[in-house]
Amino acid sequence: MTTSAQPDHEALERVRQTELLISNLLRGGVLLSIALIIFGTAITFIHHPGYLTDSAQLDGLRDGADGFPASFGGIVRGLGAFEGRAIVMLGLLVLIATPVMRVAVSILAFVHAGDRAFAIITAVVLALLLLALALGKAGG
Amino acid sequence: MTPIEFFAAAFAVSLVAGLLGSLLGLGGGIIVIPALTLLLGVDIRFAIGASIVSVIATSSGAAAAYVRQRMTNLRVAMFLELATTTGAISGAYLAGLFSVRWLYLIFAVVMGYSALMMFRKRHSIIDSGAPVSALADRLKLHDTYYDEAERTDIDYKVARPQVGLGLMYIAGVVSGLLGIGSGALKVPAMDLAMRLPIKVSTATSNFMIGVTAAASAGVYFARGDINPFIAAPVAAGVLGGSTAGARVLGRINSSRVRAVFVIVLLWVSAQMLIKGL
Repeated sequence: MTTSAQPDHEALERVRQTELLISNLLRGGVLLSIALIIFGTAITFIHHPGYLTDSAQLDGLRDGADGFPASFGGIVRGLGAFEGRAIVMLGLLVLIATPVMRVAVSILAFVHAGDRAFAIITAVVLALLLLALALGKAGG
Repeated sequence: MTPIEFFAAAFAVSLVAGLLGSLLGLGGGIIVIPALTLLLGVDIRFAIGASIVSVIATSSGAAAAYVRQRMTNLRVAMFLELATTTGAISGAYLAGLFSVRWLYLIFAVVMGYSALMMFRKRHSIIDSGAPVSALADRLKLHDTYYDEAERTDIDYKVARPQVGLGLMYIAGVVSGLLGIGSGALKVPAMDLAMRLPIKVSTATSNFMIGVTAAASAGVYFARGDINPFIAAPVAAGVLGGSTAGARVLGRINSSRVRAVFVIVLLWVSAQMLIKGL
């Protein structure tokens, strides 16, 4: 905005639209994920009444020895069985995906605005985010 | 302790961490990780995995508001995310190689540093003598924001983008390694090195933290370090606490809270150090 040409009114309006879209996307993603996490937690305790009374069950849950859905496949299978912890994991994945979606939307916005340098910068950031999942598996 | 009692305790601890974190301008992570490991006996890897997810929740919530107020410099954020995401992936990857003892030690050091940073005097002067940066010009990083206290638009120029990238890489590594937002490292990088106004630095840091955290959360998820039984109460608690904290932020005398809190942080940092040694 401080450089050479003054942007026209239409361009400013487009920037504003993008900002609002990003803001709504972030808010929506957080609300959806928290709803899934709360719902999944409720289902977990309903399915396992022992969790309310039995102290012996804590260690396995806390230390992960009982196992929990930790892969995409495991989460899909768990969702099929309507398992509480799989619903929680889905909520956590929605949360992780929220900033990723924000970056993806930004690429479109920069392309739309004809800003090539920033479309490329943002695309690289998106590629890095996707790479993180692949690298994590390799490092496991 | 029964599982539901543990769940309630983890939720309560996270609620307090989120509340304090937002009042003090730190993320919840730096408080919730020691609380989970020292008080509730959670494996530090699961504590870090749960914390990184909660960081995404609070950052995204706050960022949504800041973007509306036009305080965030989106271009600077996108540019610097090149460095923070690369750093976060390196850090999360490294965390898998370090032993638990080292994680405690590094955490103790970063925590002690953050405590001291809280005492740093904040200033927001427009530095007209900032060095001219051709890269910042070419990428059109300079911007304007509306300052509510001054009731006027303030133009600012961005300096030293390359130094900013370097510092952001380090902030990303720390974030990925320890599962925290590392705002204590991001804000000074923008405010001191790149000469962004402090309010813009804070808002932009918050906006970037979500993307940085998502990069390392991806690695932690793929490695199986995100345990839903721990991440659920932590994410819900930290988000609830920080939302409440943002509401009361203007109404409390934060300097006294800060003084007390620095002492608490240093004490916890020492506890983590002892656990690591």
